[in-house]
Amino acid sequence: MKLIRNLFIITLSAFTLLTSSCSKKDDGVRTIKFWAMGAEAEYVTKLVPEFEKENPGIKIKVQQIPWTAAQEKLVTAFASDNTPDACQLGNTWVPQFAALKAIIPLDDYIKNSEQINKEKYFDGIWDTNVIDNKVYGIPWYVDTRVMFYRKDVLEKVGYKNPPKNWAELLDLAIKIKALHPKEKKYAIYLPTNEWAPFVMFGMEAGSSLLKDENTRGDFSSKEFKEAFTYAIDFHKQNLAPIGFSQVTNVYQAFAEEYFSIYISGPWNIPEFKKWMTGNLADKWMTAPMPGYTNDYPGVSLAGGSSLVIFKNSKHQKEVWKFFEFLSQPRTQIEFYQLLNNLPSVKQAWENPILKNDPYMQAFYVQFTNVRATPKIPEWEQIAFSKVQQYAELAARGAMSVDEALKNLDKDVDQILEKRRWIIEHKNTN
Amino acid sequence: MNFKQSTTAAYIFLAPALSAIFVFFFLPVIAAFIISFTDFDIYTLGDISTLRFIGIKNYIQLFDDPLFFTALKNTFYFVIMAGPLSIAVSLGAALLLNSKLVKFKSIFRLSYFIPVVTTLVAVAIVWRFIYHPRFGIINYLISLFSIAPIDWLGETSTAMPAIVLMSIWKNFGYNMIIFVAGLQNIPEDLYEAASIEGASGWQKFKSITIPMLAPTTVFISIITMIGYFQLFAEPYIMTQGGPLNSTLSIVQFMYQEGFKWWNMGYSASIAFVLFFIIMIGTIIQLKFQKNTE
Repeated sequence: MKLIRNLFIITLSAFTLLTSSCSKKDDGVRTIKFWAMGAEAEYVTKLVPEFEKENPGIKIKVQQIPWTAAQEKLVTAFASDNTPDACQLGNTWVPQFAALKAIIPLDDYIKNSEQINKEKYFDGIWDTNVIDNKVYGIPWYVDTRVMFYRKDVLEKVGYKNPPKNWAELLDLAIKIKALHPKEKKYAIYLPTNEWAPFVMFGMEAGSSLLKDENTRGDFSSKEFKEAFTYAIDFHKQNLAPIGFSQVTNVYQAFAEEYFSIYISGPWNIPEFKKWMTGNLADKWMTAPMPGYTNDYPGVSLAGGSSLVIFKNSKHQKEVWKFFEFLSQPRTQIEFYQLLNNLPSVKQAWENPILKNDPYMQAFYVQFTNVRATPKIPEWEQIAFSKVQQYAELAARGAMSVDEALKNLDKDVDQILEKRRWIIEHKNTN
Repeated sequence: MNFKQSTTAAYIFLAPALSAIFVFFFLPVIAAFIISFTDFDIYTLGDISTLRFIGIKNYIQLFDDPLFFTALKNTFYFVIMAGPLSIAVSLGAALLLNSKLVKFKSIFRLSYFIPVVTTLVAVAIVWRFIYHPRFGIINYLISLFSIAPIDWLGETSTAMPAIVLMSIWKNFGYNMIIFVAGLQNIPEDLYEAASIEGASGWQKFKSITIPMLAPTTVFISIITMIGYFQLFAEPYIMTQGGPLNSTLSIVQFMYQEGFKWWNMGYSASIAFVLFFIIMIGTIIQLKFQKNTE
């Protein structure tokens, strides 16, 4: 009995402790809850003191959520009315949260802001945040995919410069493969568990990916079929390792010349620097994507993270101030130095830290031709489950390209059934 | 004290537990059952008016979804392969541990049990290295017999057996402990009597150990089957369901649909189909046990 009584007292006191710590003291200080993901959360806290000094009335509480569970956590928070004031969102997630009506359009704030407006950002990146002509997010940092390549290997086969178009890239790959006729070595790494290169090639060839107001798949179109065939042929001609588990450590494989070209993003720069050491240190470089024929650079994805404000926030004005702070070129450079996240504000790229970094030049050029993937909540499902699934089937030869794309369209149409219904519903009303 | 008073008292005592079960188990199950007849998705989370009751369309779509059948086939393959094998290994290990000839029993028992208490995620990551096509120890060992390296987790034909092997290694310790307990409950005099009659070791095993262990075996096979039908973390970490969906399990399929793509309605219908499959499996096993008694 005593035990039960003690337990009861402990629980009760725990409750009072919890409730008292939650109760607000009104001393004029506004506390903003800001959720950030992974390492960003850790490093953004280092920028916070400066902001709090400039704005004495505002406190920023940063909470870290892991990337892998971020989406689940945010949607659950939304479902239970526990959203933070502001958050960092991968820009392909912006359509999902806009569809949930969880985040607010920021156009009114942008109109009155000197710090943040469209002209200061890369067009393709800004566009990822625009849904039905409303801006839902402010680019915080950006990323895109470029070619990482082995300079020494390219020179060995007579390529002083990286390939500028598709024909050159294919020619280069065949020549690299010919260097090691007996060994199990490849030219390029195009794993089928990364949908990005397949979609990038498609957009480069002029495909819009989806049609009819993004309510139906358009993958059987002439443009996408050409691009898909091009990408799958690297696997069929044995120029790329099939599947993805053969390469558990891409950096090591790159250092061993297991493959010499890899399409990837800025997050891999520090990793490659770590693995390409000694006499390999100057043997690699980055280059923008090759164009279809004469257009250079080719299309790449507009990636990165945006800053969004949640509808339930009571301190939206204060949050906006914080966003303006994070968007200053000075803060952006500071953040880049802390974490290697590329600045979204064009002006920050003038800074010598970025300007004099040889690996960064390709990214700067690439950002002038980046494009958003279809801005609908279903896009992630289409890309991750369907595009990858049929790319793998086609790469392994389990299906012909025509068959794979026809099935892809069929599956995509089914995924988009609800979207079709909603749009028809809206039009009839 | 009359009957009514005593039942009221009983209900009062039961109330906390029952209400907890009702709130945290029955309510969600009922809600999920209702949701499985709707097209609850991300649009519905944002605006409830887009919720449509679509009857059994989710279930129809499910039985028309090749991915579901792939997942179903993989899961059955896993249960049928890993279930009996892991029970056999557990029984073998238990018999060895129970033998009077073995010394340092507690050390063996501990080392066989360690994989059970180790975090599955850590185990799966270590096994990913063991199976690595270029640096894994298994390929190194078979290379000693001049067998060409195999991409264990990357080939459709070897990925599931590789996961089966890992799961058996990870789980057999748990059933082993239960078997050891079952073995120790068999009265020693049965064996003594058989020995006096001149029974061989195999005869004793067949006519005493197996029948006396029957209740334990039924319990273990039901628990193991239920656990294995819910295969999730192993393929999730080691193969992500690949290659070519050859290791996609039903639960992983459900997780993908529900928490990755937010097709909650569809996902709920998968959960109920899995529930019925497990229920049928359990009933069959219980019937089987009654018949043998």
